[in-house]
Amino acid sequence: MAPSFEQLSEQDLHEEEEEEIDFSDLKAQFEVKADEGLDTFVVIDGLPVVPEDSRQKLIKFLLRKLSAVGHTSEDAVFMPLNDKGMSEGFAFVEYETPEQAVAAVKQLHGVPLDKKHTLAVNKLMDIERYGREGRVDEEYQAPTVEQFKEKEHLRSWMGDANARDQFALYRNDKVGVFWNNKSNPPENVVDRAHWTQLFVQWSPKGTFLASVHPQGVQLWGGSSFSKQKQFPHPFVQLIEFSPLEGYLTTWSARPIQVEEGQPVLTFEEDGKNIIVWDIESGKPLRSFVSHDLAAGPAAEGDVAPKKKVQWPAFKWSADEKYVARMLQGQSISIYELPKMNLLGRTSVKIEGVNDFEWSPATVSREGVKQYEQLLCFWTPEIGSNPARVAMMSVPSKEIVRTRNLFNVSDVKLHWQSQGAYVCVKVDRHSKSKKSMATNLEIFRVREKGVPVEVVDSLKDTVINFAWEPNGHRFVLITTGETPTGAAVPPKTAVSFFAPEKKGGAGGNFKLVRTIEKKTSNGIYWSPKGRFVIVATVHSQSNFDLDFWDMDFEGEKVEAEKDLAANLQLMKTVEHYGVTDVEWDPTGRYVVTSASVWTHSMENGWNLHTFSGNTLSENPTEKFKQFIWRPRPPTFLSKEEQKQVRKNLREYSKEFDEEDKFAVDIANTAVVEKRKRVLSEWVAWLRREKEIQAEEKDAFGLPEDADSPKQARDAPIGGEEQGETVVEEMVEEIIEETEEVIG
Amino acid sequence: MRPILLSGHERSLTQIRFNRDGDLLFSVAKDKIVCAWWSANGERLGTYNGHQGAVWTVDVSPNTVLLATGSADNTVRLWNIKTGECVKVWDFPTAVKRVAFSPDGSQLLAVTEKRMGFLGTIAVLDINYGDGQLGGLDQQADEPALRITCNDSKATVAGWSFLAKYIIAGHEDGSVSQYDPKSGEQLANVQVHEFDHQINDIQFSPDRTYFLTASKDKSAKLLSARDLNILKTYPSDTPLNSASITPKKEYVILGGGQAAMDVTTTSARQGKFEARFYHKVFEDEIGRVRGHFGPLNTIDVHPAGTAYASGGEDGYVRIHHFDKSYFDFMYEVEREQMRK
Repeated sequence: MAPSFEQLSEQDLHEEEEEEIDFSDLKAQFEVKADEGLDTFVVIDGLPVVPEDSRQKLIKFLLRKLSAVGHTSEDAVFMPLNDKGMSEGFAFVEYETPEQAVAAVKQLHGVPLDKKHTLAVNKLMDIERYGREGRVDEEYQAPTVEQFKEKEHLRSWMGDANARDQFALYRNDKVGVFWNNKSNPPENVVDRAHWTQLFVQWSPKGTFLASVHPQGVQLWGGSSFSKQKQFPHPFVQLIEFSPLEGYLTTWSARPIQVEEGQPVLTFEEDGKNIIVWDIESGKPLRSFVSHDLAAGPAAEGDVAPKKKVQWPAFKWSADEKYVARMLQGQSISIYELPKMNLLGRTSVKIEGVNDFEWSPATVSREGVKQYEQLLCFWTPEIGSNPARVAMMSVPSKEIVRTRNLFNVSDVKLHWQSQGAYVCVKVDRHSKSKKSMATNLEIFRVREKGVPVEVVDSLKDTVINFAWEPNGHRFVLITTGETPTGAAVPPKTAVSFFAPEKKGGAGGNFKLVRTIEKKTSNGIYWSPKGRFVIVATVHSQSNFDLDFWDMDFEGEKVEAEKDLAANLQLMKTVEHYGVTDVEWDPTGRYVVTSASVWTHSMENGWNLHTFSGNTLSENPTEKFKQFIWRPRPPTFLSKEEQKQVRKNLREYSKEFDEEDKFAVDIANTAVVEKRKRVLSEWVAWLRREKEIQAEEKDAFGLPEDADSPKQARDAPIGGEEQGETVVEEMVEEIIEETEEVIG
Repeated sequence: MRPILLSGHERSLTQIRFNRDGDLLFSVAKDKIVCAWWSANGERLGTYNGHQGAVWTVDVSPNTVLLATGSADNTVRLWNIKTGECVKVWDFPTAVKRVAFSPDGSQLLAVTEKRMGFLGTIAVLDINYGDGQLGGLDQQADEPALRITCNDSKATVAGWSFLAKYIIAGHEDGSVSQYDPKSGEQLANVQVHEFDHQINDIQFSPDRTYFLTASKDKSAKLLSARDLNILKTYPSDTPLNSASITPKKEYVILGGGQAAMDVTTTSARQGKFEARFYHKVFEDEIGRVRGHFGPLNTIDVHPAGTAYASGGEDGYVRIHHFDKSYFDFMYEVEREQMRK
């Protein structure tokens, strides 16, 4: 069973077949003739019956409505008269394009003309097709309701007795889903060849696995990974799920070309690049043409601006109620779900807007009662106006906090995962624009009035920054000046920051430690916080992974006494050619991998524990992608979680026993297997020997038929068997003297 | 396990062979020279000169009287081991890639290359040991007793089964064939390795009832000589050039490495130029021996199982005499078996 996309439904299959044979010449010759040009015509029924002289008046009146959806003219409306010189109550209208005709049918059908008359608009072709007698059954036939089929439980994997995690592995042409079995080989769930064409992606809560094909996106789920939903976006290249798995955004560089007979896409989607889908219904909600993103602000214009894809083009608010898109330098459009209508009917005009980010969680600011979602955006310096970072409350579209900045060359917005802080990383240049420095301005969102804390400026450029998930600490990597084109990877420094201990998270952020002379460029926090991996990835010469513990339970360095962190390097691991680091959703394991998408040397993946103990190494040819299946948020309340943590010792005792038991069983199994294999081998040897002996007898050969010929005929050298003379020469230096002559 | 490094060749090694007593080691390389070494201390005994092209293959007669070599100069030469003189030259239309004496030494097979309109063949030559006093060794038949032509895929390696009952050949397409050495009839052909992944070596167990293949598909397989059943599979992560079965201990040694032409594109740590030891019965990898800085082209084990030698693309031969721990190592299961 090759679950490739083309076999997904009858209709798809059909398309595939047609593509194989090129009968466009035949098509041109025969097909269109009968209906040529007719698809621009619509028939309007339900008009009042009028005499000839008031016909023009009616047409003019009608045109007002007709022109709202497309171009047509008075000449293009034909209202036939009968013998009595009265109109028949219908008219034919020709539009400029078939699209306009379709739009007319869509938008004008059922629209009241006045109190008594309601328009009925149909395509002329449809009337041709269905209007004739016999084309449509006279009798109503109830549509057959398909029998209800029990669907697979979409979260069945959460019920694993050992709370193991699943992962998807894409290598060569095959995609497989496996259970993580620690150091034992992973247990396969499904493994399918050609499961995807581009890549695979889990939905944010792990319910679906998405595969991407030229025909569209396919979602898989349930215990057997059966087909769940299908989103036929042709030549889709990028996809993005909304945070609660309600919607899906798909993008393709090629504008969509809608063909007649496509059941899901309509002319609405024609020429668009982006579709926002409703996952539940599988229908497109709205489609958009993508904005091209010019690279860099124009003021910096030394590099020719390149066309870049702005992705994710649509950014979702945490509650999935809003989705926003930025038109660079001009505005942010916020759409309301589930209708996808523009919030307040207009985009928010923000001159120069460069980037924005939603809060990843719904936050409640102190003293603010009504429900809101926050988003942060920034604008560069324009003329004499300073650069600005601002926070907007949605749906009110009120700016709740702004901060002006000077000498800004770039800004990055980093929300902490609970939305408690936004770190605004400001790259500043000096007046001469020669030297660069970075400022961190941290907005404390939860506190009254959203105070901003400025972390002392860093002389070097910050190349990476990451908040601790659900925590108050962060790690950043800085690099000094790099000579351009140098073959040596730039030296970097890793800095750890933590708040001062001052009751809760109230303290100011202070530098804990800086580790100099590293080459690291990636920061990977455990999803549960506390542990962080600082790694050198995508490098030709360095492959180190440092496993850090931020809450080491040992002695603390005196200088860091009043900081809410105790930093300790647990282990350093090397993984040749590492390109990606993926934490499992529970923060127990981490996988480092080297993907063939980046380079082709020693591809594969290694599994480590959170503390850096390598559990298994899996060199895999043509390894492409490793992704853990995310977990939905826990159902346990905070108190219950606390309880679990408190009683961890008791639980772990149980688990340790289980583990030991499992190991014992595995060991016995291995021993048993070896015993079996060995006895089979011995038996095989014995049997083989017997057969050989029989054959020798049959051929009348002596026992030693295989021994050297000459040895039998006339043995040479060492004739006397068993007595060999070994001549050994031993040299020994007895004395050594050195004399100076002359 | 301190190796003895033999640096007598100027180009990459193609094959090495211990004699039946294990006191001598013969090595051939692409530099036209055939070397004989004392295996105990690595001293060179002498060379056999005469080939005009790269020497692809070497074999010693079971009684260590004659040495056969096959070369890219389209000849098989027979040498008097003791005197170093060439006693016979057979001419072939193409290069000779493998020679092998039958278990009793009375016959020699030669695998010829497919080239210039000639199909690959396996020729069987009768060998005459003269009067037993090293006289009359040059009286050899000029024509092969038998010629087997490989119509489908050329043979790359070949050897003799027990009692010289079959000729077993490994092919370029990854299959293994069984021929009747009397009639030349192909008795069986089994696609053992992945299709189109050449078999680079075939070596037999001491009793010749089973043999080991090494293939470009990165695996070695243990096959029964009688019915070509796959008994064991040893997967590795690199193309294999050679594989050998150790007597005395139940191991196999595999050697290979990134193909020579690909090596420049990768760093040395990636070449995987190690000899790998697997347990013959349990198929587990037990250990690796590093040292070569090019792929391993050929491996041979001392007939008594006390040493092994490897020849590499780097031009060196390394003889390793096994330590005590090598002989002591045993699986718990095996130990139990011993006690019984």
